[in-house]
Amino acid sequence: MSQVFLPHTLDELWTKKQENPAALIMAGGTDLLVKIRDRKLPPAVILGLENIAELRQIEQQDEEICIGSMVTHQQLLDSPIIQTQLPVLHQAVAVLGSPPIRHMGTIGGNICTASPAGDTLPPLYVLNAGLELKNAAASRLLLIKDFIRGPGQTLLSSNEILYKIRIPIPAPHSPGFYFKVGQRKALAISIISMACLLQLAEDNRILDGRFAWGSTGPTVMRFPEVENTLIGEKLSPIVLGKLGQSMAALVSPISDIRASAEYRRLLVSKLPLKIWQSHFSSLSAASGHGD
Amino acid sequence: MKIAFKLNGIRQEVDCLPDRRVVDLLREELGYTGTKEACGSGECGACTILVDGVSKLSCLMLAAQLQGRSITTSEGMSLGKKLHPIQQAFVDKGAVQCGFCSPGMLMATVDFLQRNPAPDRQQIRAALSGNLCRCTGYQKIIDAVERAAAEMRDEL
Repeated sequence: MSQVFLPHTLDELWTKKQENPAALIMAGGTDLLVKIRDRKLPPAVILGLENIAELRQIEQQDEEICIGSMVTHQQLLDSPIIQTQLPVLHQAVAVLGSPPIRHMGTIGGNICTASPAGDTLPPLYVLNAGLELKNAAASRLLLIKDFIRGPGQTLLSSNEILYKIRIPIPAPHSPGFYFKVGQRKALAISIISMACLLQLAEDNRILDGRFAWGSTGPTVMRFPEVENTLIGEKLSPIVLGKLGQSMAALVSPISDIRASAEYRRLLVSKLPLKIWQSHFSSLSAASGHGD
Repeated sequence: MKIAFKLNGIRQEVDCLPDRRVVDLLREELGYTGTKEACGSGECGACTILVDGVSKLSCLMLAAQLQGRSITTSEGMSLGKKLHPIQQAFVDKGAVQCGFCSPGMLMATVDFLQRNPAPDRQQIRAALSGNLCRCTGYQKIIDAVERAAAEMRDEL
């Protein structure tokens, strides 16, 4: 038997954590409870964050959007702020898990689980998300790319929690895209996922282009040197095809039960082409000239 | 640990281990066996219940998390002897084969039709994508949800 505490305030949380230093922090529980049951984690006191109201807010400030770590995927999906300002994140949570998993699972849990296939991670990498970590005495801010060190490994200390995710609001004309290839549409752990954030000029010249890949290596991968070759180019299938080929040469996928490394590499070379189709179909829908 | 919550509208106070899974508490301590367990890891939806009206998986919840909440299981759907319109539609459309997934399907449907009272078939498929039917009777289930939605909008 393990004790379970669900504190209502951060102060109460820090006290309980001090009394039970080995306690496990639980967000939505959709990963943690499976791991405990599979005996991948030892039974321990559980400290759940679900009753701490300040962790459940989505706020838009001047230049950034702050998301509490206990905001559920469904809350993100239902939020007009996320839908309009961060479409790349919105698209990713729409294909994450299943409805009941989205009602339980949280963005903070997805980040701290640090799975190479975590669906919110590639969007948060292209958005340059900052993570505010807190302990009883202080807080610190890290970029997500520095926070996640490997599969299941992060820089979160045992006396800290992930408090907020702080996302700089993208410049105007910055369409976002998330594509995931899985074995089925729901509850699929991705074979490959790709998040992309573009910043475009009026004439579709690329001012900035960021790509992050899930399930292609031990953590989410970005290739800034390849991204930089896009700057000044006009968005076209040729440019996107070349980019896919360059990135396919740099990823380090593995073969596992879901797919072979060769198949994953092929997907990396082709997925950027979907941006072309997706971008122009959304534009024509928006301007009322859809087919 | 004493835990107080509402189950299908009735106040309950149970004394149980705080880390008892909700599915086990419901089935084994309280005798509510409508809620099923299959995968035990959040992939099949058989154990779906409503927590304050929202569909969640009772195999991934601990008893302590029920404190102060209002829970609905399939046993709480009918209105006296009259079946809930969703239950009636499952019967009328033959959406039940072995029946093991049905309680979870019903719970997921209650939540979904609150959010979207007039769904198309594609939206119904997406809404039930977390619930597996090993008899593969999906078409009839989608027929039933379509029918229930129309019934609840008073269009039939």
